[in-house]
Amino acid sequence: MKALAVEGVWKFYGDYAALREVSFEIEPGQCTALLGRNGAGKTTLIRILAGLSRPSRGVVKVFDTDFQNRTTRNRIGILGHGIAIYDELSAYENLRLFASLYGLEKPDSAANHWLERTGLDRVKDSLVREFSRGMRQRLAVARAFLHNPQMLLLDEPFTALDDRAIALLQNLLRDALSEGRTVLMSTHQLREALELATHVVLINRGKLAHRGVRTQEMLDDPGYLYRTYGEA
Amino acid sequence: MLFLRQVLTITAKDLRSELRTKEALNASLAFALVILLLFSFAFDANPEMMREISGGLLWLAFAFAGALILNRSFARELVNDCLDALISSPVPGAALFLGKVLANYVLLLGIEVVCLPIFGVFYNVRWAQQPLWLALVLILATWGVCVVGTIFSALTVNLRLRELMLPMLVYPMLIPCLMAAMMLTTPLLAGQPIEGDLFAWLRLLVGFDIIFTSLAVVLIDTVLIG
Amino acid sequence: MREKTLYGLGALAIALLTHNIWKMLVNLPDEAFQGAIFRIIFFHVPAAFTCFTCFLVSLIAGISYLKTRDLKWDALGVSTTEVGLAFGAANLLTGMIWARIIWGIWWTWDWRLTSMLICWLLYGGYLVLRRAIEEPTERARLSAVMSILSFSVVPFVFFSIKWFRTQHPQPVLYGEGKMDSGYRAMLFGNWVPILMIAIVLVAVRMMQERRQREVDALRRSAHAF
Repeated sequence: MKALAVEGVWKFYGDYAALREVSFEIEPGQCTALLGRNGAGKTTLIRILAGLSRPSRGVVKVFDTDFQNRTTRNRIGILGHGIAIYDELSAYENLRLFASLYGLEKPDSAANHWLERTGLDRVKDSLVREFSRGMRQRLAVARAFLHNPQMLLLDEPFTALDDRAIALLQNLLRDALSEGRTVLMSTHQLREALELATHVVLINRGKLAHRGVRTQEMLDDPGYLYRTYGEA
Repeated sequence: MLFLRQVLTITAKDLRSELRTKEALNASLAFALVILLLFSFAFDANPEMMREISGGLLWLAFAFAGALILNRSFARELVNDCLDALISSPVPGAALFLGKVLANYVLLLGIEVVCLPIFGVFYNVRWAQQPLWLALVLILATWGVCVVGTIFSALTVNLRLRELMLPMLVYPMLIPCLMAAMMLTTPLLAGQPIEGDLFAWLRLLVGFDIIFTSLAVVLIDTVLIG
Repeated sequence: MREKTLYGLGALAIALLTHNIWKMLVNLPDEAFQGAIFRIIFFHVPAAFTCFTCFLVSLIAGISYLKTRDLKWDALGVSTTEVGLAFGAANLLTGMIWARIIWGIWWTWDWRLTSMLICWLLYGGYLVLRRAIEEPTERARLSAVMSILSFSVVPFVFFSIKWFRTQHPQPVLYGEGKMDSGYRAMLFGNWVPILMIAIVLVAVRMMQERRQREVDALRRSAHAF
């Protein structure tokens, strides 16, 4: 079983192809960094994987089922650009809402568990509107992990986070990987992401430029990957 | 069952955040009252005149008030990209849509129920003479307004000038529904029951509700997922 | 090649139209009650037919786009809607001219006039919606939905307004309206060239859409890298 299979995916905006024949696979338990410059098609691909957009051609399969399948989505946790938290609800209400949308049997205990884990249990009944930036980010991380997803889809996870949220996210991702879950995160060149990654996928001008194991060179020299595969 | 629970979860979420901020509710109610007030300048509100136009007047106020609620319906999800999180969750688009329709429905019905007695006082109309028929018309026509309005709320959510686009697109679509509501409400407010030819309007309302609810449910995924 | 066929069709349409106008003015006698102005019906009614034929095709194009996601259906959809609106406007204007002379007023809130005006506004909304969306694929998808919803509301509009009020002469196709067979032949005879003109306009408009799409794609790739 593949955790994720992207098969010949094209995405057109009008006649302009934002993705051209992108294919790759991710085995369960791998942590893949999706790299590419701005405008390379990273966001387009992530949006397709998150079910926010349909590929114009090609197929995306998650755990061997069609990714539009709603039950498959129970197994995916998504942390996107926005924090996807309601300002006018309390921290607890937010987590409870998403716990029941994800069909958890005990949404209350799941919400409480994650409030504790992210250190927000003290303020669980305060409205998110009153939260500091860092607290909101930790809540967003909790929302993505809430339903124990088998696969995590993260869009530029480290760019907007503060230190504490980065530490939290890194710990959670390490735990998830040690439990054999799959992680795919889009990123620029950030060390935090590359340290975790076991594999890399590089997109350049809408095409798959490279995929393979994350090597030591990539970690040592941030420009290495782009110089070797990118500017073709 | 699961579907129904998802619908109600969305409805409860929308109602809770709306009742907490009252953004749309206050604006919409105030707007409805201002319109009712303005009508008194447009014509001489004598009993003769009111017998002829009370239904039209009331439904125009409701339609305007409704647009404010419907505008907020999907727009409230844009803050923090919540809409993306809902679309990529396991909740089907249809459940998300119906949940939102239901929330708007409750809010708009609430506004209508508040407006009716105020209208009655201002324009000297004994509005509660046919309470059951009137309730039926409110229930059917408000559903039509909410279904069509909510799908357009989803359709226009990412557009520039969304607040202007929504009423411009929705009102022509709503003409049959509003027309039927007006034709039925006017005699009801005058104390006459629904009988004879008026049933045709009731059937039109039911048909409108059924067709546009089904169409919206079928089309909502297309609207939400690019 | 394709363009030549279009020019040919256009020329044929104009020849036919000229022939029809000649016949209308010279061969057909004035109508007993309305006099000379009744001839406007030979344009008024075919314009309405053409308008709704266009809206129907636009509906089919909308459904086909959602099924295939092929942008040529979107081009057909927008082209037929625009041409439909033009003929809808022709129908409304010729009707108003006729009404001014026969009824003495430019406009009355009769059911046919009102319904036509509402339909015109509905499909006008379709064009306004399109203008508000930059990205071609999103524009195509949302306009297809708009087209389906608009067409679905048209029967409701007609029924509701019809029950509301009526003053217009009885319809010539169905209902109690009577029409001399010579007039009837001319009415349908004149629909042929008008429909041909509509087809030519739609085809030209579709070519424009295709070129516009090419330009947009080139512009996007130029900006992307």
